[in-house]
Amino acid sequence: MKTLSRLLRSPEAVAGFALLAGMAAMALLAPLLFPADPLAIAGPPLTPPFETWQHVFGTDRLGRDVLAGLFHGARTSLAVGLAAAAAAIVAGSLIGTAAGFAGGLADEALMRVTDAFQTVPAFLLALAFVSVAGPSLTTVVAAIALGAWTGPARIARAEILSLRERDFVAGARVVGMHPVEIALREVLPNALPPVLALSSVIVAGAVLIEASLSFLGLGDPNRVTWGGMIAEGRTVLRSAPFLSIIPGIALVLTVLGVYLAGEGVVEASAARRSFA
Amino acid sequence: MIRIRTLILRRLVGAIPVLAIVSVGGFFLLEAAPGDAVDAYVAGIGGDAQMIDELRQAWGLDRSAAARLGFYLWSLAHLDLGQSVTFSRPVLDVVLERLPNTLLLMGSATALSFSVGSLLGLFAGSRPGNFRDRFLSIGSLALYAVPGFWLGLVLTVIFAVQLRWLPVSGIETIASGKQGVERGLDVARHLVLPVASLGFIYLALYLRVMRAGMAEAWRMDFVLAARARGVPRRRSAVRHVARNALLPLVTMLGLQSAAMLGGSVVIESLFSVPGLGRLAQEAVSARDTPLLLGIILTSAVMVILINLVVDCLYALLDPRVGASEASA
Repeated sequence: MKTLSRLLRSPEAVAGFALLAGMAAMALLAPLLFPADPLAIAGPPLTPPFETWQHVFGTDRLGRDVLAGLFHGARTSLAVGLAAAAAAIVAGSLIGTAAGFAGGLADEALMRVTDAFQTVPAFLLALAFVSVAGPSLTTVVAAIALGAWTGPARIARAEILSLRERDFVAGARVVGMHPVEIALREVLPNALPPVLALSSVIVAGAVLIEASLSFLGLGDPNRVTWGGMIAEGRTVLRSAPFLSIIPGIALVLTVLGVYLAGEGVVEASAARRSFA
Repeated sequence: MIRIRTLILRRLVGAIPVLAIVSVGGFFLLEAAPGDAVDAYVAGIGGDAQMIDELRQAWGLDRSAAARLGFYLWSLAHLDLGQSVTFSRPVLDVVLERLPNTLLLMGSATALSFSVGSLLGLFAGSRPGNFRDRFLSIGSLALYAVPGFWLGLVLTVIFAVQLRWLPVSGIETIASGKQGVERGLDVARHLVLPVASLGFIYLALYLRVMRAGMAEAWRMDFVLAARARGVPRRRSAVRHVARNALLPLVTMLGLQSAAMLGGSVVIESLFSVPGLGRLAQEAVSARDTPLLLGIILTSAVMVILINLVVDCLYALLDPRVGASEASA
């Protein structure tokens, strides 16, 4: 409760959560407010924004409604961002925990694999994976997670290494708990907070990589994406720059919301810890 | 100097297993791709069944997966990255041809983000918590939330389409016949927008690291001592606090190299800069997996080398680094 009230006192954190709530509302309300297929033609092509009530943000080259695209694009962006970050954090913490507990050769091997993944630029890795596996929502999520799990893995391992020498772990061993049970029930929950502190950066990175992939035409072709809308608008950048600019603003606001909210949570919980 | 030589040696030895893992991973990526190199080759120029069989034999594609992996790693050890399907030339030649443009782009973008970022970080960190600091901190966060390709498009609309100050794409004016300094200026004009779109985003990172380092350094004993001696706040901000905060920024240089290489894929594609990143995008759209793999391996080598240089720089700046390793 204290953390929550501290959170509400920081204007940055409040702004961040408001932005995220707005984006989440857009994503959830998209099928209710715009039940028609957002990829279908809705009106005359290249209607400028703020001209008719029917198409407040105008229409694109093919006559598709930009506002409907924004709402449906929020679904894709948030879904991919959250799913990829969740996959990366779960996989990373498990691998890091395994490395930290196993020690020796297994630890060394896992850490060299982590090094290798960190040496290849995450975006190139995602590009290669999607180009081989074919663009779909699941492959995009997997491709992004593939480049993002190393951070959580390293932090989880470092936490495990310091935690496993503590008394409560020795106690669990003495009462005869199975090593896997100790790892998952005693140590991992204590190692998680620092890993979760990374989550806002990972979600933001995932949203940005998804946008870049779909900008290059490697997003799921059956879904509206903000990156895809920006790429679409690029063909008429001279005559109708709004088509690229509007979805980009949505993208910036989403990522900014994630950063601000994440920073707010970390600061509020750090303050709680220092007072305790 | 023994200290630095030991450091280089250790890093190079450590790079071998990492590169081996990247290579094996890349091999499986090649295997997972639909069709093999011969299919892609024949799709481009045509050929009958007999020719396909002969090519498979010549390229060793008729053997088992383990034998192919061995053959692949053996060729890599001889710096043979295979044949590019779209260019019908060795992958290494194509990659090396494009590398200088990417290095130029990345170098300029890094210089921009490092210099402007650390300067703004100095402003923000000289009085942590005041209005200027809060403004710069939130502004940098907002900047960091901007996707590079979108910033590039917005800058294009303003400076190339509306104001017509700068060219929209390419690395130089085609067939301009310019030489020497004039050609250099032409390339510089073409690089302004790509460098700005790539560099401005990472600027935020340097700003934040600098600011955080300074905020911490203000509480250190020697800074308090200097202030107590009567050293003016402004002077100790630069001479004591900022100098201490600069060291972590050098580490960021290495850490950011992989991210910037990834970012250059989109930026080079957007501005048609003929570099490694645009080559990656071309390889993807032409389904040229050997070329894509070659680019990934080259990027990994580049990231390792950049980090090596940064580590040496760090060791030169901070005599404590590597001292224990050399004496051990």
